[in-house]
Amino acid sequence: MATNLKKTDVVVIGLGAVGGVAVLPLARAGCEVIGLEAGTWLDTKDFAADEISNNFRGWPKSVQKANREIPTHRANEKAPYSPRFPLHPMMNAVGGTSLHYWAQSWRLNPWDFKVVSETTKRYGASRIPKGSTVEDWPFGLEELESYYDKVEYEVGVSGKAGNINGSIDPAGNIFEGSRKREFPMPPLRGTEFTERMGAVARKLGWAPFPGPAAINSQVYDDRPGCVYHGYCNRGGCHINAKNSTTVSTIPRAQKTGRLKVVDQAHVIRIEVDERTARTTGVTYLKGGVEYFQPADVVLLGSYTYENVRLLLMSKSKAFPNGLANNNGQVGRHYMTHNTGSVLTALFPYDINAWYGMPAQGVAVDNYADDNFDHSKLDFIGGGNMWVYSDRRPIVAASMSTFGKAPTWGAGWKSFIRQNADRWNLAYMQKTTLPYEDNYLDLDPTVKDPLGNPVTRITADFKDNEKRVGAYMQDRMTQWFNEAGAIAVERGPAGTMGPSTHAYGGTRMGDNKATNVVNRWGFAHEVPNLGIIGASVMGTSGSHNPTLTAQALAWRTAEYLSKSWKSMV
Amino acid sequence: MFSQQNNSRRKALKNVAAIGVAASLPAGAIKPAAAADAAPARTTPQTLSAAEAATLDAICGRLIPSDDGTPGAKEARAADYIDRSLAGYLAGLRKAYAAGLAAVDVYAKSSKGTLFTALSPADQDAILAAMQKNSATGFTPNSAAFFNMVWGHTLQGTFCDPAYGGNAKFVGWDMISYPGIRMAVAPEEQRMSVKPKPQRQSAYRDATLSKGGAHGH
Repeated sequence: MATNLKKTDVVVIGLGAVGGVAVLPLARAGCEVIGLEAGTWLDTKDFAADEISNNFRGWPKSVQKANREIPTHRANEKAPYSPRFPLHPMMNAVGGTSLHYWAQSWRLNPWDFKVVSETTKRYGASRIPKGSTVEDWPFGLEELESYYDKVEYEVGVSGKAGNINGSIDPAGNIFEGSRKREFPMPPLRGTEFTERMGAVARKLGWAPFPGPAAINSQVYDDRPGCVYHGYCNRGGCHINAKNSTTVSTIPRAQKTGRLKVVDQAHVIRIEVDERTARTTGVTYLKGGVEYFQPADVVLLGSYTYENVRLLLMSKSKAFPNGLANNNGQVGRHYMTHNTGSVLTALFPYDINAWYGMPAQGVAVDNYADDNFDHSKLDFIGGGNMWVYSDRRPIVAASMSTFGKAPTWGAGWKSFIRQNADRWNLAYMQKTTLPYEDNYLDLDPTVKDPLGNPVTRITADFKDNEKRVGAYMQDRMTQWFNEAGAIAVERGPAGTMGPSTHAYGGTRMGDNKATNVVNRWGFAHEVPNLGIIGASVMGTSGSHNPTLTAQALAWRTAEYLSKSWKSMV
Repeated sequence: MFSQQNNSRRKALKNVAAIGVAASLPAGAIKPAAAADAAPARTTPQTLSAAEAATLDAICGRLIPSDDGTPGAKEARAADYIDRSLAGYLAGLRKAYAAGLAAVDVYAKSSKGTLFTALSPADQDAILAAMQKNSATGFTPNSAAFFNMVWGHTLQGTFCDPAYGGNAKFVGWDMISYPGIRMAVAPEEQRMSVKPKPQRQSAYRDATLSKGGAHGH
């Protein structure tokens, strides 16, 4: 029997990148908020420059909840299971994966909100890929602009604007949607190599620019600027220059006195009143004891896989197929970002990429989204090209030998002694669309240690995604070759298994027959249940999801505080 | 909750001050704590039997050899890294190592007539090549899986932070000219022609850093 706790206004499940943002507008508006987080507080003393811990062992210093609930994957209903991932892509802590993410903080392109209508207008309705369930978002970029702006300033994002109120600045991203003002901080510095790649891009007629990052490029919010030490890739920041919610929005919300953080709280169920079909609160485990936290409103803000799993596990008479799932939409419209199909290049010169971080780089958006003419192409969408400075010893030595040397032994050693600092892997984030047969559900056999099913992913990239991948590899080959590469290697498309960029499953839209949450992020079927995170996004865009998920979370929280009387 | 905020802010300011000092010192002014950072000389294995450890060490020595007169995986003590890890994070693979190392010797005896450690480097290389190509028999599930596992861990053991028992005397980092861990990196240290002076030090020379194990506050 669960111990009943005192009722609160809002209980937030998960204090990561999005939950950690949503608590701030709520607490400021006067709501009493309880944040339930499976992980613990971590701080600078936990963030050694350690490649083994960061990149190979899934942060043993953190609570290992996610690593015990790794989703399974199969490409389709007839395919065998893919090999199980050894680690979950995300982690548990106050601040969640915003502690160790790459911190690239992009806004979406205006096209990403209107894929159906814009594609139809420009190329005809037949260009929407067969089997895709893509819809226009219920609003455009202009609706989200002020929320992007709030998060950029509250969390702290460095970058260079390319479009302020329609005025284009080629120092920034000329393809971005209009923004009201400049970033709160200038962009992170470049390296000689990224600057060289920028000059090469300009020679090709492209428009290179530094990417936006939730990393301080200078002192901001009393925290220091980045020192580029090279262990940012899945590493926490040893000087708090990375703007996780742990050091930005969560402590600010605590300062109001209205946010109570409960760490090591493992949520197992969202409860409902069978009569009203409204949620009544959340049941969680802490220290082996079961607690029930009643609340007027529940905000579900764990990761995409766990948002879906918690809903599907929260069965009741009112919702026999899982909470907010009487229309069968929970788990549908799943996407991972099409980030496979990478391109690796070998250069005849040392790059000196030993320092820096994944967010220190140069971007080209000429072939992202619908920034180029697709009339004569056989796909829609595109990709962001990203060249960055990020290398550590184990990954450096694990480089490809490009068919020029054996893969171990004396010949291998001689090759890596010369080339460990001469290769570069370009990361391209490419449009991914939702399809009717790509979905998440509960695994019928694989369980977590509590005996609950883990999330099962049934999904594969379709022709449109594969064509985008091949096209972007061609563009990237052009860029690397122009910079003097002596060899390039194309990576495979990969699978749609567990990803740090997982979208959908609780999609946002006006039509409740095809979407789980309404335009404000509240469940169509459960009006006092809000859902935040990339699980509400209906398209992936060509850029990292975090800033968009945070902007949406702020918007949902603000709407809740402003509509409190009609919501509860 | 207020002390949490103030606390982290104080820490941040302290860190900035520390970085300021480090950055203003001339290169080389901070001596690496060489003695403390050097991995201990190879001792009795913690997890593997003496025979298993010897076979593993011989394998590591061929995967990244020192034939060219520069240190390889043997000198980096990659096998010590694996041995130690099998007592901790990699404990789940202890049985796979026992079975795989035993299979290496069975295969060595059947194909070359003696134990792996007693073979010439050329014969040892031939066995490893057969394992990689999956043509070596007697392995479960197969020899390539064992080869790939050992190869991955040999890379980790050769190029990891020495605090994990490998990369002894930083020979792995020197092999690929990794200039080492710097707490702050200046713009000129990211120039392509610049070779930052090697910093041979472990991240854990700062004893206040936590290394593993979930904890709360």
